Amino acid sequence: MTGATLRHAGWILRGNPLTGVAAAGVFLLMLVAILGPWIVPYDPIVSNVSQALMPPSAAHIAGTDQLGRDVFSRLIVAARLDLAIAVSAVGISFAIGAVIGAICGYAGGRLDRAVGRFVDVVMAFPLFVLAMAMVAALGNRVENIIIATAIINLPFYIRFARAEVNVRRNVGWVEAARACGDSHISVVLRFLLPNVLPAMSVQMSLNLGWAILNAAGLSFIGLGVKPPTPEWGIMVAEGARFISTGKWWLVAFPGLALMLAVLGFNLLGDGVRDILDPRMRT
Amino acid sequence: MTQSLLALSDLHVTFSTRRGPVEAVRGVTLSLGEGEMLGLVGESGSGKSVTGFAITRLLDAAGRITAGNIRFRGQDITKISGGDFRNLHGGAMAMIFQNPRAALNPIRAVGDQIADAITAHKRMSRDEARAEALELLRAVQIRDPEKRMAAYPHELSGGMCQRVMIAMAISCNPALLIADEPTTGLDVTTQKVVMDLLIGIAAERGMATILITHDLGLAARCCRRVVVMEQGRLVEEAEPKTLFHAPQHPYTKRLVAASPTASSRIADLVTEEERGRTIATQVAPRPQPAPGTPPLLEVQKLAKRFDQGAAAVADFSMMISAGESVGLVGESGSGKSTTSRMICRLIDPSEGEIAFEGQSIGHIPARDFHRSPFRKDIQIVFQDPDDSLNPRYTAFDCIAHPLLRLGGMRPGDALRQRVEECAERVGLPVELLTRFPHQLSGGQKARVGIARAIACRPRLLVLDEPTAALDVSVQAVVLQLLDRLRREDGLAFLFVSHDLNVVRMMCDRTIVLQNGRIVEQGESLAMFDNPQTAYTRELVDAVPHIETGLAASAM
Amino acid sequence: MMAAFGATITRAGRRLLSSLPALFGVLVFTFLLMRVLPGDPAVFFASGPNAGKEEIEVIRKQMGLNKPVPEQLVLYLYDVGRGNLGRSMMTGQLVTKDLRERLPASLELTFTALLIALVSAVPLGVLAALKPGSVIDHGVRLFCALGVCVPTFVSGLLLIYVFYYLLGLAPDPTGRVDIFASLPPSRTGFLLIDFLLAGDIEGWWAAFRQLILPALSMALFVVAPLARITRASMLVSLGSDFVRTARSVGLPWWRVVVTYALRNAILPVITIAGIVFSTMLGANVLVEKVFSWPGVASYALDALLSSDYAPVQGFVLLMASVFVIVNLVVDVLYGIADPRVTIG
Repeated sequence: MTGATLRHAGWILRGNPLTGVAAAGVFLLMLVAILGPWIVPYDPIVSNVSQALMPPSAAHIAGTDQLGRDVFSRLIVAARLDLAIAVSAVGISFAIGAVIGAICGYAGGRLDRAVGRFVDVVMAFPLFVLAMAMVAALGNRVENIIIATAIINLPFYIRFARAEVNVRRNVGWVEAARACGDSHISVVLRFLLPNVLPAMSVQMSLNLGWAILNAAGLSFIGLGVKPPTPEWGIMVAEGARFISTGKWWLVAFPGLALMLAVLGFNLLGDGVRDILDPRMRT
Repeated sequence: MTQSLLALSDLHVTFSTRRGPVEAVRGVTLSLGEGEMLGLVGESGSGKSVTGFAITRLLDAAGRITAGNIRFRGQDITKISGGDFRNLHGGAMAMIFQNPRAALNPIRAVGDQIADAITAHKRMSRDEARAEALELLRAVQIRDPEKRMAAYPHELSGGMCQRVMIAMAISCNPALLIADEPTTGLDVTTQKVVMDLLIGIAAERGMATILITHDLGLAARCCRRVVVMEQGRLVEEAEPKTLFHAPQHPYTKRLVAASPTASSRIADLVTEEERGRTIATQVAPRPQPAPGTPPLLEVQKLAKRFDQGAAAVADFSMMISAGESVGLVGESGSGKSTTSRMICRLIDPSEGEIAFEGQSIGHIPARDFHRSPFRKDIQIVFQDPDDSLNPRYTAFDCIAHPLLRLGGMRPGDALRQRVEECAERVGLPVELLTRFPHQLSGGQKARVGIARAIACRPRLLVLDEPTAALDVSVQAVVLQLLDRLRREDGLAFLFVSHDLNVVRMMCDRTIVLQNGRIVEQGESLAMFDNPQTAYTRELVDAVPHIETGLAASAM
Repeated sequence: MMAAFGATITRAGRRLLSSLPALFGVLVFTFLLMRVLPGDPAVFFASGPNAGKEEIEVIRKQMGLNKPVPEQLVLYLYDVGRGNLGRSMMTGQLVTKDLRERLPASLELTFTALLIALVSAVPLGVLAALKPGSVIDHGVRLFCALGVCVPTFVSGLLLIYVFYYLLGLAPDPTGRVDIFASLPPSRTGFLLIDFLLAGDIEGWWAAFRQLILPALSMALFVVAPLARITRASMLVSLGSDFVRTARSVGLPWWRVVVTYALRNAILPVITIAGIVFSTMLGANVLVEKVFSWPGVASYALDALLSSDYAPVQGFVLLMASVFVIVNLVVDVLYGIADPRVTIG
């Protein structure tokens, strides 16, 4: 199966160069995140006030911030934190949400309705509002940001899995599986979930982009991550003070990093769907 | 010589697909006179619908007329502009489609939609248009036309939606009506009523009609001339009588043979040439049960009620003996699918007993039945080959699935041998076993479904419309296959279908269902020749018989 | 006509009733979050970090924190019902008063942004769907792909850089009006409306100039998903069987596109608009911070960062309730637009 998958993946990538570029970009991002502190040209934390607020130049590709730190180096190190938050949050909600949603979609009835109510309540809270409430209750720490983001994402996965399973549960081959001796649980976990996975993987990749934006946004307003930790949102927050005096690079470069990361995940999401869908194989 | 209303001359239509250009129509030449009714018959892929869409310029964006021309009243309409063509649309030529409910605007009242069609070509006030729309609804014999004016498509039945479409199409008195599979998907009795309506309206208004259909019997009954298409080409053109008694082209011969009629037998379904290819089979003699043994399947007073309280099935009792084939017929909503699912133990009955060889299986809940030893004795073949196979499983995996779960086999040589054996029995080439469902044709997928069902050597096979989604020629081959398997293995069949001709051929006995209750049951041949109840008689009369059609056209 | 109106009212009523569980759930959830979780809520709600022990005790008794949890819940619900959400340390006023003062600013911002977004996104999506493969189509798709990637706070700041610093067109991006300008008599709280009502065109223009940049940065973020769903939905609609039927009877082009295709296509857009509104309520926090907009979100944020928790609780309740109500409105609108949806 894996040999065929890889060959098929290669075929898809050759047909959609954009997906290939996106995949390469995301891979690069992961690499940067992992290697971060070892590949930076300058120390991201130590201040060097004599070099403060210098525009982009050959020495500092992205300029320096108000404490003289190299913006580019800080960008690289920040990738790690943003990615870690996003991946943890999305991973948690995906795992829990997919299983709950699949069971609800298959079983229906009271369980489905009860979970539906819970989902309605959670969806009534915009992320930032919920995050603020959680930080207020639990403390201003990164873990709470991850929990808040995971909770906010949960409804999407539950609803998604539920809808996909619901559509498929009465289809011929599901009944055939039952006639061939599979129990309900077996049908849900071994047959329905894997068939639902392609669509959900797209959602996951898109979610990762969204989660990065949210993590950045939350630290922009001062929740979770605190200076001097480098993080894209914090860098924008620190740079915001200087925008009205024309120091654009402090905002533009972290913003660009955010945009490229999210763009990569979004484009990759579309490509992943094509790879996992066996109908595309010829 | 009168100029024909419509004349196609060497028409070629090509579609640009991901794999390159595909020619769907390859040089079709035909003509149609005023007021004439022409049947355009073909199976899937024949290009019949594409021809219809090409005439009315409603082709998909990827389709193009690449050669030939279409003359309407002498004018070449392939060359005129889109704006000019709009005047023809509805005013001179109209079209009605398959799946009528989807073809109507779901959020607009049907009365308004008909009024839209009227005001597109005639200048009048909105109120006048609505009055005329009401008259049209009366002309298509819809019940309670005043109430229906404000109805939405989802509130109407399939037959009523088709009538609304006909009303829209004839609203501006077109000279030509193209009907693309107008009755496919409708109940048999509704089909007859709608076709009669169409023929009546066409005759009344002197409208020429092209009836595009896959049902040769239907075309023979309604049309003065029939044209047969295969793979984009026109292979034969004749009057129905000539077509049936003396078909010229080998494809037509195959098609005529495969179309079940009131008197065909299974052996007749396949032509002489094809028959030579089938393997000579060993027919096991029908096992004579010792006296006193319980019947293979006995069902008593089975009933099923769904949440809303309406009974889908009530008071259903019947018996199947070993090796016997029993048909279950009914229209949509008759409860035949629900009954078959209950007998197969995929859903639980609300009331009643089901006994297999004297042992009660009805009391075992459906969610636990997969563990019962009886699971492998009762298997099911599904209707739609497209969704009855797991898209992530190869054909091999599909057939191996029950062997692994119910047959106690392990992956290995023994398994592979058994799967290949099953594939061979159903006529599926062994090379195709590694393919995925989307890489197989409809007939091949049907064979995989059958192989999967017989893999564990069941005693009773429930077949839920197994050939309804297949082309007629493929259906013929699959029916012969099923019949052969039954006789070889001494299998009992519960054959659920809406097609009376097929049931008459395949089943010793038949049960007729209406609204969840048994209306009549008995020996198939006797019952269809001489139905006892009014409903059964209605069903039998509704089937388009080629003989009656020929008889009618001869008059 | 009257029947349809009556049906809509019934539908709205039933939908309101079915929202009550959600509202109740919101209340309970917030209660659990703010009072039951680890940490001493009494300290949070006391008048300051240096509050003495007696004061904390008084608060504790007031809030009933020494009572069993279900009883606390009842007291809490009673308090909320009476409009008692506590007192803010920063402003010294009742939280309800603060919220009421500042809510119009946030709502004006959000609704203006939504309006701008809808007015831009829907025509773009429709145009792209009408001419697939064209320059417009590719342009819209590119714009959508990029639009969702740029965070609101970045676009807001860059807009300030371009329009205030570089071009000098926009006024100082702090607050709703120039500090020296005079406010109109407050009728609705929405400055744009109030200025119009007072006939003060100069004031209206000044308020507008302050509003446009924050509204634009919020709109930019949601134009992308709205345009995308409009385009996709319109493509499906244009390729549907019923549009083919409409063409087959010769309906004029504009009727096919508007009455048949567009009206059907708009249905999913209504649903998405509701979801998008939730995102915007959250984005309020960011935009109000960047532009120092005096709305409820910046109020709550300032409170949070100075450990003043009563406003935060009030804000959370308010936002969730607004969202539930908006959802209700969206649902009713959808029911009006789509007769297939059954009442209740």
